Amino acid sequence: MSDLLAARAQMALSLGFHIIFAIVGIGMPVLMVIAERRFLRTGDPVFLDLTKRWAKGTAILFAVGAVSGTILSFELGLLWPGFMEFAGPIIGMPFSLEGFAFFTEAIFLGIYLYGWGRISPRAHWWSGVMVAVSGAASAVFVVIANAWMNTPRGFRIENGVAMDVDPLAAMMTPAAFPQVLHMMLAAYAATGFAVAGIHAYLILRGRTHPFHRHAVHIALMVGAPAALLQPISGDISARYVAKWQPAKLAAMEGQFRTERGAPLRLGGLPDEEAMTTRWAIEIPKALSLLAFHDPNATVAGLEEFPRENWPPVAVTHIAFQVMVALGTYLAAVSAWAVLMALRRRPIVANRALLRALAVATPFGFIATEAGWVVTEVGRQPWIIYEVARTADAVTPMPGLQFPFAIFTAMYIGLSVIVILLLRRQLAESPREEAAAA
Amino acid sequence: MSGDAGLLTLALAGVLLAALLAYVLLGGADYGGGVWDLFATGERKERQRALIADAIGPVWEANHVWLILVVVLLFTVFPPAFARLTTVLHLPLLLMLIGIVLRGTAFTFRTYDDRRSGAQRRWGLVFAIASVFTPIMLGICVGAIASGAAGESWGILARVQACAQAGDTGPECEGARQAATFGAVYVQSWLTPFALGIGVLALAMFAFLAGVYLAVESPDAALREDFRLRALVAAGATAAIAVLLPLASAGRVPIVGERLLGAWWSKPALFVTAAVAATAASALWRRRYRLARWASAGMVTLLLAGWAAAQFPLLVPPDLTIALAAAPQATQRLVAWVLGLGAFVLVPSMVYLFRVFKGRPPAFARMEARTTVRGRDHRG
Ligand code: HDD
Ligand code: HEM
Ligand code: HEM
Repeated sequence: MSDLLAARAQMALSLGFHIIFAIVGIGMPVLMVIAERRFLRTGDPVFLDLTKRWAKGTAILFAVGAVSGTILSFELGLLWPGFMEFAGPIIGMPFSLEGFAFFTEAIFLGIYLYGWGRISPRAHWWSGVMVAVSGAASAVFVVIANAWMNTPRGFRIENGVAMDVDPLAAMMTPAAFPQVLHMMLAAYAATGFAVAGIHAYLILRGRTHPFHRHAVHIALMVGAPAALLQPISGDISARYVAKWQPAKLAAMEGQFRTERGAPLRLGGLPDEEAMTTRWAIEIPKALSLLAFHDPNATVAGLEEFPRENWPPVAVTHIAFQVMVALGTYLAAVSAWAVLMALRRRPIVANRALLRALAVATPFGFIATEAGWVVTEVGRQPWIIYEVARTADAVTPMPGLQFPFAIFTAMYIGLSVIVILLLRRQLAESPREEAAAA
Repeated sequence: MSGDAGLLTLALAGVLLAALLAYVLLGGADYGGGVWDLFATGERKERQRALIADAIGPVWEANHVWLILVVVLLFTVFPPAFARLTTVLHLPLLLMLIGIVLRGTAFTFRTYDDRRSGAQRRWGLVFAIASVFTPIMLGICVGAIASGAAGESWGILARVQACAQAGDTGPECEGARQAATFGAVYVQSWLTPFALGIGVLALAMFAFLAGVYLAVESPDAALREDFRLRALVAAGATAAIAVLLPLASAGRVPIVGERLLGAWWSKPALFVTAAVAATAASALWRRRYRLARWASAGMVTLLLAGWAAAQFPLLVPPDLTIALAAAPQATQRLVAWVLGLGAFVLVPSMVYLFRVFKGRPPAFARMEARTTVRGRDHRG
């Protein structure tokens, strides 16, 4: 493994690890705030119990999110000092704003987790709202920074130095809105479906306590609308990619040749040598329709780009397929649940729906990881699209394989412990209906 | 971009220092708490640990964000400094990160894991050892910057890079390449006696701060006495290192010999610092805990300010000045706005946090009830 590869792997691993906890940090506060609101309204202690148990799980995950985020902040320099020296002044702004969002988030989370009984119920609820708002804000800002890497704006290069730096223009790039919207929905969909899935599974296993029924309802209130909107938001993303990063779009779709009325390829395996995508199900003209809203639009294939500027095609294509397949599944299950709710049928009495939910527990997270692989791998070989190459930005320090090995071990260890701790929490959750009385 | 730094640049450098100071005063004390968890002894051992956990629990994540702010400000406003330091200090920063991860997660895992003593003891041990280890690494990084060792290593690396870029293979470049060994660039940048000394100083200082804060927050006299003693020991250690380290390294580390001890302001500044330190110690001795808290924080502030004054106008000695490292004006202006707006949200929130958890001393009875269950169930 070369140093560059080790650096890329370490960055990808750290981000892929952090994003899971970040998603929970965005989504769980919303669920807790809804549950606690129900308690304040109804006085039903089940909702208080639910809020408190969710809070315990969130506390564990949040701590891991905070330390893994700290790793990332340093890693930007430890692995890509050249990139940061160039990009820092340009995209430091969203990171600085994010810093303040972290402050409010951490402050009110401390109050929320440890403040039961120390402050009024109302103040407590509002602290939860603050956590939810600042969690969303941190995600918005960091994704804005990432959007700049995809569609860099707000500077001019002269002799390798950035001139005329305009940090506000760097925040308002074409990628910013589509990416932020898509990421926020992803966070709510992933959290909602994970929580709904876990409690649906417990109901299927015979835990009849109303606790779990309420949990499924609240989780779906957040997850289902997000999952239903996600394909629309994904379409917005795809169209910005088609316009601004055509090579990425071609890789996502396994489109090697430039084509009028290009088909949409479902599945399949791109072969870079033969310049074809094999074994795909092709839907005629669908790609042109989706990407440009015109069935006869011309879609640029990878042949338009010099070979050294191709992203890894197979990885990008497969990751995109995974995301879209899971997104379709989540949207379908959401539609099912919404129909049930509209016809006033109890969702939790339908075992088929419960099973569909239980299966979907990890799907939102997997789709998010896959989506980030599309975005980041699809941007290669650029670290800043058409401005700077990843290979030129890596740290000169040799032996990067060792830090990579250390971090890998640490992430594996943390994952195992987190899973064990969460299982302990679940084992203690209420069981029978009778216990509610 | 050259010459003297503008007022705005200086102000931003000041904010950077202030953020680091906040991290030391608040986050440092959280590490210090972990140190006293490791050295919890006597019949009140478990109660000492419960008090430490209660004191850290609600605030450590907020306190920790100060470090993030330092990093973010550094790469936004002084990007070359960030790039140089993260390059040559890769190893100590890596070790520090491992410490940060273990400290934060072990503390949280202990709070939510099985209450039986086996699991609790294991997490407690990881938490405590990481709390000792991390401040040392942080101090080493500061010492490496202050002494110029990090900057020197960067110089060695930069010469090689300049040669490579120019395609120069002459004898001078050959020499530069041979000088740029892994050890010279990535190890000698921080593994020096002076930097290690600063590492130990940071540890002693954090333990001192934590001892004082914990004494203030103790719910009863016996526990308070425990932490008073601990704080006094740490105060002695801090003072000893703070006096001996400069004397021992004055000849070898230029920043100490010429700038810290040799400047016109050295003598008055040293005098004031010593006076404040003596106030802190004597207030502790006389059991005037609130005064001790203020004075100990003041002493740490003066130490950091002394370091900053000694290396001014250098950001990364021996050659990177604040002015040279500064980002474009447009960025600086916007960062200033962000800081202003951020403070508007941050300050009231911080005040509220500390009001809720540190304002009133915990009631005696509540403390008693908590300790019997190791202070867990009140978290709901
Ligand atoms: C719950 C998660 C989830 C789901 C169900 C979907 N996505 Fe997604 N997708 C993400 C989560 C995600 C993400 C959060 O991981 C990404 C990475 C970067 C970003 O902005 O969002 C992403 C990126 C991403 C991109 C690349 C944007 C870029 O490179 O900047 C496109 C074109 C799509 N998505 C399209 C879709 C479509 C057409 C979906 C149809 C169902 C879909 N996504 C479902
Ligand atoms: C799309 C990617 C990302 C999203 C959506 C995201 C979002 C979040 C959220 C919501 C949190 C707080 C919740 C928690 O701690 O669990 C968080 C924490 C954090 N993130 Fe990320 N993040 C992303 C990537 C990054 C990157 C690239 C960096 C660093 C450069 C970073 C740095 C941090 C830091 C330092 C924290 C800890 C704050 C604290 O101490 O409370 N994140 N992130
Ligand atoms: C949290 C969600 C994210 C995931 C899962 C993710 C994933 C990845 C992956 C897989 C790579 C390696 C690409 C390759 O080398 O083939 C990468 C690289 C990188 N990402 Fe992301 N990314 C995320 C968000 C972000 C954000 C928010 C930022 C910064 C603001 C960011 C900055 C970078 C940088 C600097 C690199 C290294 C340079 C490069 O390989 O292009 N990423 N990321």
